[in-house]
Amino acid sequence: MTAPPRPVARPDRGIRAARRLDPREAGFQGLLLLSFGLGVVVLAVLLIQVIVQGWPRLNLDLFRRFPSSLPSRAGAQSAIFGTLWVIGFTALFTVPLGVAAGIYLEEYADKQRWYNRLVELNIQNLAAVPSIIYGILGLGFIVRGPLKFGFVVISAALTLTLLILPTVILASREAIRAVPMSIRLASLALGATKWQTVSRQVLPSAVPGIATGIILALSRAIGEAAPLVLLGGLTFITFNPTGAFSPFTVMPIQIFNYIERPQSEYRVVAAAMIVVLLAILLLMNSVAIWLRNRFRQEW
Amino acid sequence: MTHTTTQRRGGATAAGTSLRRSRPRYGERLIVAFLFAAAFLSVLVTAGIVISLAIPTVDFFRTVNIGHFLTGRSWAPLFKPPSFGVLPLVAATIVVTLVAMLVAVPAGLGAATYLSEYASRRFRKVFKPVLEVLAGIPTVVYGFFALTFVTPLIQKIWPFGAPPDVYNMLSAGLVMGVMILPTVASLSEDAMNAVPQALRAGAFALGSTRRQVTTRVVFPAALSGIVSACVLGISRAVGETMIVLIAAGGTPRFTFDPRQGAQTMTAFIAAAGFGDQPTGSTGYKTIFAVGSLLFVLTFIMNIFSIRLVRRYREVYE
Amino acid sequence: MKLQRYGLLAGLVAGALALTACGGSDAGTGSGGAQSLSGTIKVDGSSTVAPLSEAAAELFRETNKGVQVTVGTSGTGGGFKKFCSGETDISDASRPIKDSEKTACQAKGITYSELLVANDALTLVVNKDNNWVDCLTVAQLTKIWDKGSKVNSWNEVDPKFPNQSLKLFGAGTDSGTFDFFTGKINGEEGRSRSDYNATEDDNVTVTGVAGTKGGLGYFGFSYYEENQDKLKALKVDGGGGCVAPSVEATQDGTYKPLSRPLFIYPSTAALKRPEVVAFCEFYLENAEQIDKQARFVPLTAAQQETAKKELAALKKQAGG
Repeated sequence: MTAPPRPVARPDRGIRAARRLDPREAGFQGLLLLSFGLGVVVLAVLLIQVIVQGWPRLNLDLFRRFPSSLPSRAGAQSAIFGTLWVIGFTALFTVPLGVAAGIYLEEYADKQRWYNRLVELNIQNLAAVPSIIYGILGLGFIVRGPLKFGFVVISAALTLTLLILPTVILASREAIRAVPMSIRLASLALGATKWQTVSRQVLPSAVPGIATGIILALSRAIGEAAPLVLLGGLTFITFNPTGAFSPFTVMPIQIFNYIERPQSEYRVVAAAMIVVLLAILLLMNSVAIWLRNRFRQEW
Repeated sequence: MTHTTTQRRGGATAAGTSLRRSRPRYGERLIVAFLFAAAFLSVLVTAGIVISLAIPTVDFFRTVNIGHFLTGRSWAPLFKPPSFGVLPLVAATIVVTLVAMLVAVPAGLGAATYLSEYASRRFRKVFKPVLEVLAGIPTVVYGFFALTFVTPLIQKIWPFGAPPDVYNMLSAGLVMGVMILPTVASLSEDAMNAVPQALRAGAFALGSTRRQVTTRVVFPAALSGIVSACVLGISRAVGETMIVLIAAGGTPRFTFDPRQGAQTMTAFIAAAGFGDQPTGSTGYKTIFAVGSLLFVLTFIMNIFSIRLVRRYREVYE
Repeated sequence: MKLQRYGLLAGLVAGALALTACGGSDAGTGSGGAQSLSGTIKVDGSSTVAPLSEAAAELFRETNKGVQVTVGTSGTGGGFKKFCSGETDISDASRPIKDSEKTACQAKGITYSELLVANDALTLVVNKDNNWVDCLTVAQLTKIWDKGSKVNSWNEVDPKFPNQSLKLFGAGTDSGTFDFFTGKINGEEGRSRSDYNATEDDNVTVTGVAGTKGGLGYFGFSYYEENQDKLKALKVDGGGGCVAPSVEATQDGTYKPLSRPLFIYPSTAALKRPEVVAFCEFYLENAEQIDKQARFVPLTAAQQETAKKELAALKKQAGG
């Protein structure tokens, strides 16, 4: 048995004195802290700037009024309701598809089969495809092409569904994976079928994790503008959607629209809308985190 | 009594017939089929993306020379006579990505290193959410920030020569760097956390300082994960649309000067999209041609990054 | 416990449905208007005319809450392409319809009316800090904007100007403003240099020129009027001396050669719907008010006469 290598000879003062006051140590640590600080500082500046700029127009009129060619009369009601409609439908499509795919991949898929590996590879790739490519997909297949729905709520919802599906699948898989094998084995031992095990034991335990993942994915969808720009979201819309096949606008698109208009008062309205959007996102993320903590189980 | 129902399909067991079901459960088979279909949807989506990009692109290259497309320096697809050299768009994408990485890599890596090697539990609890918030801010908000705050600021404090234009790549790149920072940071942190504590302990036992452990042990060990994080960051920068659309402008210009505005690939696609070209026109097809180029570039980077992650994960498990 | 879990998932889905329902209940509620018209009117086309159509849509909606009017800005050319494939009801245009577009419409069996709604002075603007130029001749403009032009700094336009880099912003190729400007300045519609910030959205041009000291751009008069605090309008010398763009100079034709009429083209098929007829009538009857609100150049007396005749014809068409 060889002895561990002897440490390189160091003068004693090297070990004692260098401990706390070595400028290189402190310098390095300071540098790291600084780089961390960059993110914090920028975030703070951004939030402050947006709030300060949007303050004058942050009032109920923002919710009551519609976009107008007169900046003093511009509001965001059509965008807010448009967002609710689009996200509502997106959730409707995403939840069953994402959870089902997650269940299949975790519980049923034989990982040695080529078609299952293909599916996994695909999902990993799709998660990293730029969002505007999904816009192109939507434009080619849903708005025009075979489905020809046009620039309506459901086109946006379908496109966003495809965009966030990989994220939801990933979150479902992790939540399902976290359920210990012993639960499944015990259920099967008692005579339950595979599906009974999944639906009555695994899934209920995984629901909080899945719900958290869905809420986070939806909050990403709320902020997406690029794919919807390609789907015709740049029209001047002064009404709320009336159905799945109604023209629409959503908050990020309306914000973009107002930013593009050079009158400085539009910038103020845009900033106010941004504050509302960030508040909504903050709320959603807080709910997701609360869910995660409230229902967390120690196995 | 043996219970082996887990391993067999259809519920038959090796032991007594009392446990064999009289008929297979078709209802369950149906459910599994539906679940598989939901998962297979992802393959259909990829196929859809490839088809929806490929067909118009192939069509496009029937009328436009692909060599000219890839090497030409003048992008004017909608003018008469049109010019289809895509290099200005690619150059702009490169410049903005470069600026973004100059911000995101040092800051993200630094933040990750601090969180992984130095930070106390309380610090992490308080400050890690900051990174998550940065990651969750919609890109249109970042674009707004770039145009209304960063650009005027840069124009005011610019110390030498001509200040940047109102639409410039520098602002867009800086803000994009902040947007990507959380991605680089969190993936790098994962990579560094995966380095076994034993390596660190050994180094400390030999008398290394924290800095030496970090730079000489942890970094090299986590290198492939860190590189993968950077590549993923680059991929996100290349694919980002709103920030450049709002802050970098719409002039296709072949330049590497970040003070000027220029149109990136993504900004072109978005701009062409809301000019709303009619189906089948050459203008319509340019959207898909540039989209294909973008898809291929990000696809290659993603595959590379996934491979790297897989490789470093194997080493330690 | 399990119920609680499933309830959570179900709650999410139900919540999504509830949101859609609650969003829908707002549109179509309450309007004391005598007419209970409803429907969707799709307007698209010129970004010069768009502010006018938007203003009309807003005012119209005050008395007709059930009618949804969407206004797009694909550019005059883009708008006609959609119009002639039947995708839109009304096309905004900052130039008359071209022969090639007429043919395309005929091929699809689309007939239409041409309604004059305002005048426009196509305005050239520079940055507010630009103190060296007040007036440009057509020849100088051609030199700057013509195809193949390599003029990149102001002193190449006129040696008396400083050596400031020239940054150009203007209309995109689908824009009627583009067609009109290139036709008048470069002698042929569509003939232009291509290395400038081209956009169908004139707001982008405003921001660009307002933020660039050596900037030069062009767009419709209303965009200048709306942003006088940020921009300076140039006088144009079309052969009769330097003339500044203004309401009067446009109406009496002294602002040469960049005065032009603005149109909307409703399709005959659309005019069969009562809400479209009502909207067009509203547009023409209140043209003055709409023009003023959107800061456009109103119709001359002669043009108003024509408009009244067109209106009567529309009413007859609707009644018949």
